Amino acid sequence: MDIASEVRASYAFVARNFNLVKRYLSWEVVFIVFTLVNVLTIGFIGVATGDKRMVLYLVIGALVWRFLSVIFHEVSESIQWERWEGTIEYTFMAPIRRTMMLFGTVIYAVLYGTINTGITLIVALLFFDLTLSGANILTGLLVLIISSFSFIGLGILAAILPLMSTERGSQAAHIIQAIVLLVSGVYYPISVLPEWIRPLSVLSPATYTLRMMRDALLNGRSIGEMWFDILILGIVGFALIPLAIFFFNLAERHAKKLGKLKRSG
Amino acid sequence: MNEVVLECKNLTKAFNTHSNGSGIRNFFVRKKKMFALKNISFSVRKGEIFGIIGPNGSGKSTLVRIIVNLLIPDSGYCMVKGMDVQKNEIEVRRLMNRVSVEASFFKKLSVMENLLYIGRLYNMKSDETRKRVEEIMKKLVFPVTYLEESVENLSRGMQQKVAVARAFMTQPELLLLDEPTTGLDPVSKRHVQEFIVYVRKRFETTILLCSHDMAEVEKICDRVAIIMKGEFVKVDTPERLKILVRGVENPTMEDVFIQLTGREWEKEVN
Repeated sequence: MDIASEVRASYAFVARNFNLVKRYLSWEVVFIVFTLVNVLTIGFIGVATGDKRMVLYLVIGALVWRFLSVIFHEVSESIQWERWEGTIEYTFMAPIRRTMMLFGTVIYAVLYGTINTGITLIVALLFFDLTLSGANILTGLLVLIISSFSFIGLGILAAILPLMSTERGSQAAHIIQAIVLLVSGVYYPISVLPEWIRPLSVLSPATYTLRMMRDALLNGRSIGEMWFDILILGIVGFALIPLAIFFFNLAERHAKKLGKLKRSG
Repeated sequence: MNEVVLECKNLTKAFNTHSNGSGIRNFFVRKKKMFALKNISFSVRKGEIFGIIGPNGSGKSTLVRIIVNLLIPDSGYCMVKGMDVQKNEIEVRRLMNRVSVEASFFKKLSVMENLLYIGRLYNMKSDETRKRVEEIMKKLVFPVTYLEESVENLSRGMQQKVAVARAFMTQPELLLLDEPTTGLDPVSKRHVQEFIVYVRKRFETTILLCSHDMAEVEKICDRVAIIMKGEFVKVDTPERLKILVRGVENPTMEDVFIQLTGREWEKEVN
């Protein structure tokens, strides 16, 4: 199969996952309601402080986290989902390179995350007086796009875990997601964290994303003013994806040696 | 029937278990090697139906998993049309497909959604998939009205027919059938068996059939291998295998199994 055919084949994952969304529609409604309530609750904490900038600060955190965590979750859960359904062997037997399989999963994750976050943003705009007059939206979007690559890389790394162990793998992926939430300054500045936790903040790509997003949307900073940070974030993202795919392939080979791809594995 | 489509040479695979047999990791319990396959060699020619019979845990599924490169052997190799399944994995994957004892689908998705997904992975256009699926389902006596039904609403027999369609629609040159009729009612079983024979005749598909069903193997296989504890005990045509049985008038494949392994089939299967 040539590359063009493989790109077309990777659409299989996009179509399949949107079909699954359609079939589990009631659960999707539950998740979106839960997300909306979560973002609104956090926004109202900001309203209670009487500081409009605080509302925007918190809503940016909630929305950015929603977008990045959806990408991480969808990519990392892709293997787990196939494990539960028992389809993993059939997907892995198909004549499509693992890179293209992950590419299809990532495309779906970004589309799903965008739709999901978009709905949340619209509802947040209805509830809160979010003043974006001084915001540099273009910079914010660029930061968000570049940050996605880091989270895609992290998601692929986390997807390795269910390859190795069906249940524990998924549990570990959830713990990683929770720790990133804790240390990245989603709802508070990282300066409030205890000293001993702060080194973890440095390792989380979300820390830089949130800082730059707030600089762009709250302080109106431009791409030119933040180019170095954006560049670093981009390098991390672009390096993380091939590295994650490399480790994914190693893990698959290891799983094949130990016979862990079996449904019950 | 001259071209060798599948060749397996000296395949050996062992898994680590724990000597207490619990499978639970324990630092103080010594690991033990359990051989699933021991030095298996055989080849299957184009258009041949090669049967493998053996009780549960005899190594049939391990062998199929190695051929489709879902499992890496400790030693030995498998070639499909002269290509190593590990070194040329993408090319080889396109040439073969498999039906296993578990139907394994996205249960909430419809039959067609599941098949379109697999079709796309094999770079088939949606129209082409629908057309082939309808043709296959007709042969399998599967009502096309069920194609838009969720897989979870289908009976075990119908799910297995969908699994057969999933494997055949990609038009593989080598088809690996791992207990495809286990758990099916007699009518569904006959539909699947007739379809296997039809496909071999129509497309000259090479088929490896692992089964518990002695009568099925005798009826449709050209050659049969008897596997016990990961080793081939004997490989030959059903007729020649039956000649080996002494002291039984009109011997069956079950008699062959008892004669060659010294074990009773029912006890081994159960």
